[in-house]
Amino acid sequence: MTGEASTQPRTALLVLGCPQVPVQTSIALYLINRLKKAGITPVVAGNKAANTLLVVADPDRVYLGEVMDLDRAVARISDGKRDFDSCYVFIHNDAGVSYAATMGAISKGKVVVVVYGEHYEEQVAKIEFPCTIVAAKAVHNPLPLKKALDEAKPWAA
Amino acid sequence: MGCVESMNYEIVLRDATFKESRDYIRAHFKEHIDVQPGFRVFDVHIIGLPPISIGLEGNFVIFPYTKPCHGTFLLRVEDEAEAARLRKLKK
Repeated sequence: MTGEASTQPRTALLVLGCPQVPVQTSIALYLINRLKKAGITPVVAGNKAANTLLVVADPDRVYLGEVMDLDRAVARISDGKRDFDSCYVFIHNDAGVSYAATMGAISKGKVVVVVYGEHYEEQVAKIEFPCTIVAAKAVHNPLPLKKALDEAKPWAA
Repeated sequence: MGCVESMNYEIVLRDATFKESRDYIRAHFKEHIDVQPGFRVFDVHIIGLPPISIGLEGNFVIFPYTKPCHGTFLLRVEDEAEAARLRKLKK
């Protein structure tokens, strides 16, 4: 929880978008790994398909920790029952931008948006709220987005 | 938000952008209120860029409902009590 004693490990919520763009699952697992190495506890929130892609890819939960339904995560944060120190929102469509703006409004945590897809610049142009933007043209090949994340190192902030 | 499926709703707009749905409400419903993301309508926490417009038309509530894979829907639901609750917020 944000605001708890400093002895608590930092937490991060990964808000997944629609999994129709292949790089999302790969980059989510990569980001989870980087967060854990930085001492940050990651929690994933997505729809059923996005969550299942991760759960099936990591059956021994080497990377994955808690996985939540996205609607439930929004409800818990909106109701003040839970919050995170940072929130990474995956964006490749208009709905992703809406979720990121929502997280910025309901969470006290720092918002980082991870923007990708064929038309990633169109989505970046819609982002007018305070956040850190990590963006790259990435659809099937996750490496441009991985490079952008490695350069930004948002987990180190 | 699971309760949406059990509502007797009409889809006013489908697969829209968030901006399209806000513009539609402001253009088509004389009575509307602006709320912040996370605001609860029925059991739905509204997703979107602030300010989010919710339309009112008699006992009908018109509100955006966003899903990650399908964009934003504008739903129209008849509920006298919820419409009255929202109208009170305007005052």
